[in-house]
Amino acid sequence: MSEAAKDVKVDVSLADVRRVAELANLELNSDEEPRMLHDLAAILGHVAELNELDTSSVEPMAQVSSVLKAGVSIQGVLRPDVVVPSLDRATVLAASPENDGVYFKVPKVIER
Amino acid sequence: MAIEITERASSSIEAIREGIASGSHSAVERTKSCLAAIEARNVEINAYLAVDAEGALAQARDIDGLAADRRPLPPLAGVPMGLKDVLCLEGMQATAGSKILEGYRPPYTATAVQRLRDAGAVFLGKVNCDEFAMGSSNENSAYGPVRNPRALDRVPGGSSGGSAAAVAAGMAAATLGSDTGGSIRQPASFCGVVGLLPTYGRVSRYGLIAFASSLDRIGPLTSTVRDAATILGVIAGHDPLDATSSTAPVPDYLSEAERPIAGLRIGVPAEYFGDGLDPEVRSAIEQTIERLRTAGAVIKPVSLPHTRYAIPTYYVLATAEASSNLARFDGVRYGYRAKSSDTLSAMYRRSRDAGFGVEVKRRILLGTYVLSAGYYDAYYLKAQKVRRLLTQDFLTAFEEVDAMITPAAPTPAFKLGEKADDPMAMYLADIYTVTANLAGICGVSVPCGESPEGLPIGAQILGPHFGEGTILRVGRAIERTKLK
Repeated sequence: MSEAAKDVKVDVSLADVRRVAELANLELNSDEEPRMLHDLAAILGHVAELNELDTSSVEPMAQVSSVLKAGVSIQGVLRPDVVVPSLDRATVLAASPENDGVYFKVPKVIER
Repeated sequence: MAIEITERASSSIEAIREGIASGSHSAVERTKSCLAAIEARNVEINAYLAVDAEGALAQARDIDGLAADRRPLPPLAGVPMGLKDVLCLEGMQATAGSKILEGYRPPYTATAVQRLRDAGAVFLGKVNCDEFAMGSSNENSAYGPVRNPRALDRVPGGSSGGSAAAVAAGMAAATLGSDTGGSIRQPASFCGVVGLLPTYGRVSRYGLIAFASSLDRIGPLTSTVRDAATILGVIAGHDPLDATSSTAPVPDYLSEAERPIAGLRIGVPAEYFGDGLDPEVRSAIEQTIERLRTAGAVIKPVSLPHTRYAIPTYYVLATAEASSNLARFDGVRYGYRAKSSDTLSAMYRRSRDAGFGVEVKRRILLGTYVLSAGYYDAYYLKAQKVRRLLTQDFLTAFEEVDAMITPAAPTPAFKLGEKADDPMAMYLADIYTVTANLAGICGVSVPCGESPEGLPIGAQILGPHFGEGTILRVGRAIERTKLK
């Protein structure tokens, strides 16, 4: 674990970085792309160590609630489905970069 | 009488409250003393991003009014506190240490913060942190790094670096932080303060700016274990606004903390004492284990066999969740919007590119990668399975022991800039803390010694789900034996 730069071959390409950046709505400049490529490959190389473990019979764990004993469960505590007052529209809109008093405003969505 | 004096010295919160009740000092005086420390030292330490002196003094005057009328004082009466800038307090900035939220003032207050206010706490302001709580040194803040009050050339740890530094420098009696992979316990260790990670579900996260929702917790940083117990008692408990908050009853943590540890079984996991552990830290923890043994604890070796897989598991799951949570910062409803974008998609990309720092982008990219088509099973699902193995390690070990003791961090505070260009080296600073977040268990970092250079060293006490009473009890025993 301590030898961070284990030489595990992980195939990450510049095209992968660009594809992922696009999915994440990030615009990387030409300085950032090679740096992110390097860092992603290094981190994923480390992550590849997980393949040493046979997990074929292990259930994935998404939430802590799935391992808690009865009595301290954090499941089944949904609130009643009733309408309660929400935040004031004017207060919420005031925090937005652009609005018309009723809606948030954004640049055009459809390009001609 | 002698006991009373010791007990007072062991809790700044109780000393403040009792002093106000008895008239030996006022809440305004205590608030002014913290404001003076901020005035004197914040320029070099950079713990506070925003200070509300007027608001704090007004709250303090209200508490003094209660005392003057001989009305009962609430548990945190007149306690001057700072809040990590990922926690919402209506009307005050909440930047999360990011440019993308510069100037943002949330229209609501976090439940944990509201409970502090209802208990009489005085809010001094908002404290610095790594951007979106992503970091282990506080160097990722868009508003500049925090310096460690104990050694100004060193980091305070992260991501709750401002929270730890403020307490260590007397700029607050206590603070709230958040901990997704060690962000309360590791800075507490670096700055020589107490930092508590409550069990997942113990404290409502409503009003916490989300990083990784299956891991995020809110907890206190304090100068003593009793203070941590007091604050936990105030902020714990079910909240209808957070469906993951537990309905389990909240015990009296202060009296739990004072119970003797004779007969308590404390495990020492071998995997936390391997390569990479600084010899000075090892020595401090080993001496602490001997002190606990002398106090009557039964020390037992235990094994957490999957420990070495914790960091890769954590960085897959935490970044995956972060990539989803941070999608909401898009320049539409709040925060920064890039000017002069012709289309919506260009506006999203440019706003996020200009608003996020490099570590946040790195984690969003990694998280998006592990969730993307073709990689989901190999990375994300695999990590979720290993998360269960790591959790099972703890559940099995806690059948044999009541708590465990480990180092909180592999080294004392490192120098500013030392790991800034090597993300993997930085991630390994969390090697002893991330597993508790993955498993949902509780932990507390308690100062237990110093390196020869005088840098603080923290012991981490880990407990089972909802075992806060037990770990506070062990922490209090460490504090007590240290005073001798």
